[in-house]
Amino acid sequence: MYPSRFAYEAPRTLDEAIGLLHDGAGEAKVLAGGQSLVPLMKLRFANPELLVDINNLPGLDRLETLADGTIRVGALVRHRDLERAGDVHRIQPVVGAAAPLIADPIVRTRGTLVGSLCHADPQGDWAAVVTALRGYVVAQGPGGRREIPIGDFVTGPFQNVLAHDEVAVEAVLPGPRHTVAGGFLKLERRVGDFATAGTAVAIELDGDRVTRAGIALTGVGSRTVDATGAAEALVGRALTSEAIAAAADAAAEAAQPTADHRGSAAYKKHVIHTFVTRILTRVSTTSEQAA
Amino acid sequence: MTVTEPTSRALDEIKIGGMGASRRRVEDNRFIRGKGHYVDDVVLPGMLHMEILRSPVAHARIVSIDASAAWEIPGVRLVLTGEMMATRNLAWMPTLSYDTQAVLATDKVRFQGQEVAAVIADDPYIAKDACEAIVVEYEQLPVIVNPTQSLAPDAPLIRDDKVGQVDNVCFTWQVGDQDATDRAFAEADVVSRIEMHYPRSHPSPLETCGSVADFDRATGKLTVYMTTQAPHIVRAAVALIAELPEHLIRIVSPDLGGGFGNKVPVYPGYVISILASILTERPVKWIEDRTGNLISTGFGRDVYLTGEMALRKDGRILGVRMHTDSDHGAFFGDAQPSKFKIGLLHSAFACYDIPTAHLTARGVYTNKAPGGVAYRCSFRVTEAMFFQERMVQAAADDLGMDQAEFRRLNFVRDDDFPHRTPFGFLTDSGQYAKCLQVGLDAIDYEGFLREKAEAAKNGRLLGIGISCMTEPLGAGNSREYDILGIKMFDSAELRVHMTGKAILRTGAKTQGQGHETTWAQIVAHELGIPAEDILVEEGDTDTAPFGMGTYASRSTPVAGAAIAMAARKVKAKARQLAAHLLEVSEEDVEWELGRFYVRSAPDRGVSIQECAMAAYSNMPDGLEPGLEANAYYDPPNLTWPFGCYIATVEIDPATGVWDVLRFVAVDDCGVRINPMIVEGQIMGGLTEAYAMASMQFITFDADGNCIGSNFMDYLLPTAWETPGWELHEVVTPCPHHPIGAKGVGECATVGGPAAFVNAVMDALKGHGVRNVDMPLLPDRVHEALQTRGDVSGAPPIRTDR
Ligand SMILES: Cc1cc2nc3c(=O)[nH]c(=O)nc-3n(C[C@H](O)[C@H](O)[C@H](O)COP(=O)(O)OP(=O)(O)OC[C@H]3O[C@@H](n4cnc5c(N)ncnc54)[C@H](O)[C@@H]3O)c2cc1C
Repeated sequence: MYPSRFAYEAPRTLDEAIGLLHDGAGEAKVLAGGQSLVPLMKLRFANPELLVDINNLPGLDRLETLADGTIRVGALVRHRDLERAGDVHRIQPVVGAAAPLIADPIVRTRGTLVGSLCHADPQGDWAAVVTALRGYVVAQGPGGRREIPIGDFVTGPFQNVLAHDEVAVEAVLPGPRHTVAGGFLKLERRVGDFATAGTAVAIELDGDRVTRAGIALTGVGSRTVDATGAAEALVGRALTSEAIAAAADAAAEAAQPTADHRGSAAYKKHVIHTFVTRILTRVSTTSEQAA
Repeated sequence: MTVTEPTSRALDEIKIGGMGASRRRVEDNRFIRGKGHYVDDVVLPGMLHMEILRSPVAHARIVSIDASAAWEIPGVRLVLTGEMMATRNLAWMPTLSYDTQAVLATDKVRFQGQEVAAVIADDPYIAKDACEAIVVEYEQLPVIVNPTQSLAPDAPLIRDDKVGQVDNVCFTWQVGDQDATDRAFAEADVVSRIEMHYPRSHPSPLETCGSVADFDRATGKLTVYMTTQAPHIVRAAVALIAELPEHLIRIVSPDLGGGFGNKVPVYPGYVISILASILTERPVKWIEDRTGNLISTGFGRDVYLTGEMALRKDGRILGVRMHTDSDHGAFFGDAQPSKFKIGLLHSAFACYDIPTAHLTARGVYTNKAPGGVAYRCSFRVTEAMFFQERMVQAAADDLGMDQAEFRRLNFVRDDDFPHRTPFGFLTDSGQYAKCLQVGLDAIDYEGFLREKAEAAKNGRLLGIGISCMTEPLGAGNSREYDILGIKMFDSAELRVHMTGKAILRTGAKTQGQGHETTWAQIVAHELGIPAEDILVEEGDTDTAPFGMGTYASRSTPVAGAAIAMAARKVKAKARQLAAHLLEVSEEDVEWELGRFYVRSAPDRGVSIQECAMAAYSNMPDGLEPGLEANAYYDPPNLTWPFGCYIATVEIDPATGVWDVLRFVAVDDCGVRINPMIVEGQIMGGLTEAYAMASMQFITFDADGNCIGSNFMDYLLPTAWETPGWELHEVVTPCPHHPIGAKGVGECATVGGPAAFVNAVMDALKGHGVRNVDMPLLPDRVHEALQTRGDVSGAPPIRTDR
C-alpha cells in the first residue's frame, strides 16, 4: 500500500486532537478503526496531509446502557463490541441483528459505529440502524459540544455536517418507551460485502398498537433513506397484514436505487419490500404468540 | 564396505511416506510460520522500485505524454514510455498465441489498465507519486466490450497496428466432421438447443505478479526473480525477445502465492523491469498492486457458446454442433498449445459415446484486458465441460428423461476403451457409470426427488444438478502439444547422496500443489528412500532441468512420470551396486521396497542406502561413480480423470437467493499419491467452481470500465458462505502412466460450475427458464422467475448513470 505522503499524530487528550484538527485546516482527518479511511488512502482517493489517530483517547471506548434504556456508543466502540453486547440487544434488537451482518469478523474487530456514521457510505449499515432508532451524534469542537440528530448529520454520500475541527465523540440511541421490536435484513452477495439492499426496522408497541416506528434503508439511494412514509403507515395501528403491506409499499416507494452490477433498480425496490414485509411479519407473529 | 546381514524386509510404504500416504505438506512448515520466500521478499543491494502508469480509459489515441514533472521528483531514476521502449525494439512483444502485445503503449491504448509508462525510483512511494505526475493526453475512441459490438459492420478497428487486419476477428477455426454431423441432425428425432455466456473470470492468486530484475554489467548475467509458473519458458522468451544469451539468463521462481494460470504469460511489467535494470545497472523490483493484477493480467473464459444436440427418441445422442465466439480482449494472448486456437474446447463430450460432432470457433478483439489463460483448467476445458453438461441437461429435459438416466445411457462403457471421442481425442480408461452411481447413492437421489416434489407443494423451489466429465490433462505428447514450437514434455533429475539422502529437481513449478511433498513420495515409492530424506527443488533455471512448468494439471501426468522414470534409472544402477556388494550377478538380485536381496537367499540383502554409500565409496571396477539420473518424459497421451459432481439447492423465490443444501463430489484421478493433498485440491477447486457459479465475474460498463478491479467487486468466497463438500473416490489407474496417476488439480473447478447451475435450473424448471448466465446472482435468478425467461449476463452491465 503506497498512499500519498502524510503526517501522523496520536494525541492523548481530546483537546489535543481537536487542536490538531483545527491546525490542520481541513487537510487533517480523524483515524478511528481505519476500515474505510485506510482503503481509500491506499487507492489515493483520500489524501489527507495529517492523520489524527483517536485510538489513544481515554473514555471513547465506553458502551453504556442507562436506566431509561438510552444507549451511548463511544467513538471507539467496535462493531464487534456491539455484536457481543447482549444487554444492548435486549434493549434494541435491531442493533443485535445488524452487527453480525457488517463486513467480516476481521473488519468488525477494528471498525467503529461512530466511524461508520462519519464515513456516511450510502451502503453503510449503521446509519440505517441509527436512523430507524432516531439516534443522534455528539460532536465536540473548539467551541464545545453539540448534539446532531442523525438525519441532519449525514449530508450526502460520504459527507457529514462536522466542522473540520470537530470530533464525533459518541452516538446516542434514545431509550424506548414501550415494548421494542424490529430487525435488520441485508442482501449481500458474500460475507463482507456491502448491502445490495438493506432494511432496518425499529418499532415500539403498546399492546398490539404501534406507538413509534422507524424504517431506514441502505444501499438504495445516495444516502441512507429514512422511509418516514413507511413508519407513518404503522403508527397508531396494529401490525395487520394490511398495515404491513402499506409499510412495505411505502418503503419500496421511498427507495431510490440505481441499477448496477448488484441488480436493477426494480429488483432492489422489490428486495426492500420483501425485507420490510418479512421483518414486520415476524414481529407480528412473535407478539401474537407472546400474547 | 562389508555386506551386512539383513535385518529388515520390505519397508512399510505408508510409514516411509510413499504412495498413498496422507503425508503432511512439508512446505507448510515454512508457510504457516510466515517464513515463505516470495518475490517481494527478495531485497538486493541498491535495488530500485518500479511502478506502472495505466490507462484510465479503454480505447483512446495517445496524443501526448509529458513526463517532465515526473523526472523532476527527487529519487526518480528513470521514466520509460512506449517511445523509449521502441528505440530498443521492445514497445511490442510476442504473445503465447502468435499475436503481438504492447509492452508500453505507443499509438493507442486498447483497454482500461493498459501499461502506458513506468517510473523507476528509489522507493515505491516516489515511483507512485511520479506516475501521478505524468500527464497523458488521450483522444477517446468508441469502445467495444463484447463480440456483438466487435463484429458490427461499423465497429472501430481495434488492431489498426496490424498490417492487413481489416476487422476485429482474431481467428476462425473449426474441428470435427461437418458432413457427418449434418447427417446426424437430419436423422434426429429431437434437436435440443442452448445458448450461454461463460463470463470473464480472473484467477486472482493472492500474490499478485512481480519481478526483481538484476542485470550485472560486469558478468553480463541477468537474474530475474519472478512470479512464473513456467520459468524455463520465460528464459527462452527472454533470450528470444530481449536477444540475450540464454546461458546468461537465470530465471528464479521462488515461493508462489498461487498461480491458477495467471502466472503463465509474460507480462509487460516483467519486460520493463528487465530493461530498466539493464539501463540503470541496478536491481529493479516491480510488484503489481491488486487492481493492476485484476484489470490487466490473464483472465479466464469470456466465451459465448451456442450449440445443438441431435437426439433419438430413445435418448441416444447422435451428434453435436457447437459454435463459440470468444472475447480475447485487445491482444490475442491466450496461453495454449499452438495447434489449437480455442484451447481444448473440443475435448467436450469425451465421456459420452457420440458418433460425430462439429465445432466452429471465432475469436474477436475487444477493448478489454488480454490473455485468456487456463484459469485452473487445461486450456478452455472449463468452458468445454460447462457447455457439455448444460447441453446434456437441456437435452434430458427436452426428451423428458431423467437427467441421471440420460447420462448413464450415453456414457462410454467401461469395456469400450480406448475410445475415440467425437472430436478425435483418444481416451483410455474410466468407470463413468460407477462414479455416477456412487454420487447418486451418496446424495440419495430418489429421496431428494421425493423431497423436492413434496416441497414444491408448499411453493418451495428445490433443485438437483449433476455434472460429469472427463478432462484432458497433462499436455503433451510432443507430437500434438507445443507452446511457441517448444514441445510439451517434462523432466526430473534425481541425485542420491552417499548417506542415502537425495535431492530431486524438476522442470515443473509448484505454486500450492504440494510438489515438495508428493514428488518425494513418488521417489519413496520407487526407491524405498523415506520421503523425508528427499529434498525437492524447483523454479531456478540454473539448477532445474528444462521443463514446461506447472499448469493444466500437467505436473503429475508429465513431471511426475519423469520422476518415476529417473528413480527407475537410479534403481537400475543401484541394482548393479547391490550385485557387487552381495557378490552375485545382477540377474540374481531381487527387489522389495527399500532393499535388494539374493533371490536364492532372501536374508542376504542390502538397503538402498547401502547401495548409495557404495556408489561413492565402493563401486565395482568399470562402473561410473555416483548415483544420479535424469529423465525427460514425453507422455504417450493425455490422462483422462473423471469427475461426477452433484449439488442440491433451494431458491428463495422472493429474493432469488439460493443456498447449497448438499454437494457430493466423486473423483477418479487414478492412483492417488497423497490422498490428503488430492482432497485439498478438490475442495479448493470446488470453492472456485462455487465462486464462478454464484458471485464471480469481471464485467464492464459501456465505456469499458472494468467492474471487478478490487476484492470488494471481484468476490472471492470465504469460509462463511462456502458449502461443505462431501468427497468420494473411485480409482481407475491410468494405463500408460508409470504410477497409474491422472491429473486432478483442476477437475473440480472444471466440472463443478455446471453442477450448481444445473441445480438452480432444475429448481427453475417449469418456470419457463432455460438458462441464466453465471454468476447466478440473486437478481438474475429473481429476474428469470419474474419474466419466466432466460437472463443473459453479457457486458455491458446495465447501469444508471
Ligand atoms: C472489507 C470491508 C467490508 C466492509 N463491509 C461493510 C458492511 O458490510 N457494512 C458496513 O456498514 N460497513 C462495512 N465496512 C466499513 C466498516 O464498517 C468501517 O469500519 C466503517 O465504515 C468506518 O469505521 P472506522 O472506525 O473504521 O472509520 P475510519 O476508517 O477510521 O474513518 C472513516 C471516516 O470517518 C471519519 N471518522 C471516523 N471516526 C470519526 C470520529 N470519531 N469523528 C470524526 N470523524 C471520524 C474519518 O476521518 C474517515 O473520514 C467494510 C469495510 C471493509 C474494509
